[in-house]
Amino acid sequence: MASKPKVAFYWCASCGGCEEAVVDLAEAVLDVVSAVDIVFWPVALDFKVADVEALPDGAITASFINGAVRLSEQEEMARLLRRKSKFVIAFGSCSHMGGVPGLANLWDRKSIFAWYYHDAPSVAVDGGAEPQETVRVPEGTLTLPAFWDTVKPLDAVIDVDYYLPGCPPTPKLIANAVGALLSGNLPPRGAVLAGTRALCHECRLNATKPEKLLLKDLKRVHQVTVDPEKCLLAQGVLCLGPVTRGGCEALCVAGNMPCTGCFGPTDEVRDQGAKGIAFLSSVVDFDAQEEIERALGNVPDPVGTFYRYSLPRSYLVRKRGVPSHG
Amino acid sequence: MSDGEFQPKIVAFVCNWCTYIAADAAGVARARYSPNVRLVRTMCSGRVDPQFVLASFEKGADGVLLCGCHPRDCHYTAGNYKALRRFVLLKKMLAQMGLEDGRVRLEWISASEAEKFRRVVEEMTQDVRRLGPYKENGGK
Repeated sequence: MASKPKVAFYWCASCGGCEEAVVDLAEAVLDVVSAVDIVFWPVALDFKVADVEALPDGAITASFINGAVRLSEQEEMARLLRRKSKFVIAFGSCSHMGGVPGLANLWDRKSIFAWYYHDAPSVAVDGGAEPQETVRVPEGTLTLPAFWDTVKPLDAVIDVDYYLPGCPPTPKLIANAVGALLSGNLPPRGAVLAGTRALCHECRLNATKPEKLLLKDLKRVHQVTVDPEKCLLAQGVLCLGPVTRGGCEALCVAGNMPCTGCFGPTDEVRDQGAKGIAFLSSVVDFDAQEEIERALGNVPDPVGTFYRYSLPRSYLVRKRGVPSHG
Repeated sequence: MSDGEFQPKIVAFVCNWCTYIAADAAGVARARYSPNVRLVRTMCSGRVDPQFVLASFEKGADGVLLCGCHPRDCHYTAGNYKALRRFVLLKKMLAQMGLEDGRVRLEWISASEAEKFRRVVEEMTQDVRRLGPYKENGGK
């Protein structure tokens, strides 16, 4: 059994959906399990950090790390797994670009703690208790990881070999990635293991997308009953398919929901949100400032719309001069 | 320019057909204006990707000035309208990211408006100087 390649899974700041995605491989997970030796997977298997530390450097063939990096512990674990692994794969949007937890970069540690431990209406008792990095108790000193001001994508703290995008990555892409790793048939280092073209190319509604898309009225999903046989953009619903990397086979659109961009931008684009802004601006069919402002008024939260998964990966990374709550 | 005063870096994207000529004319006329502006000539204001604006800040700019032809005067018919639409959405996004109003500015400056170019650069330099450096470490 010693010849089976070793694989590790780890989660940082994430929701657990990426772990779920591995389980979603269904029967195919048995093929994976029979082909590899899982040496670390905190959510499912009882291995400890000491077990990983005991392995020789480079002993793990591949570590799949999901979640953004927001705590000092997550950086430590990422560094440990980097040292022990031949390949590190950033698994899912959070690890790839910061993900939804990355939107916390609109705040900082102080303002987040103020809200969650003091000011939020659901906080019943304001005893002033906040998580402390060290607490002295009679038995000794207890420690907690440090909580940072800024959420980072995985490649901001360690070198990453490949990226598996998606919130979460689809079973098909996971199976392909595992297959490529096991067979050694690998793309150039740094590649995103998904499509290279925009999502529209693989969307089943692409044929109904108008040649020249122009919108007078932008609608939010709760304001329309979607026609399932017509391009969502043609119906005035903001779908980010044109500026999002393909590979998921337009799953959300198949469920009558617009693409929100979890696969990130295509290879040519550095800043996903900026491209989203450029795209939407190009299809709004008004020239006068008041009309433009009215039409774009239905995008009340541009950062949450265009950087939903990628704020820590953007040029600006985080909000500056965060005012404290309350 | 007095010693010790903050010297903001302002990146100006100027269109080839209007504002660049206005800037050139301002130079020929020996108009005096702050040397804080760095011009980047693009063929049209519609060529300016919002990524250029964000990359400028990331690389140490303290302000970004976008200039194009007046409405109905675009050499390519509608590039300036595209610039305006992007600007509206970009401004909204930048406000969420904590950027003050004066750091990004859109101005229509025709080829004959050398004086307007001088005035806009002067105003913007003063505004951004008042706002201080974009990066807390002064972009270093």
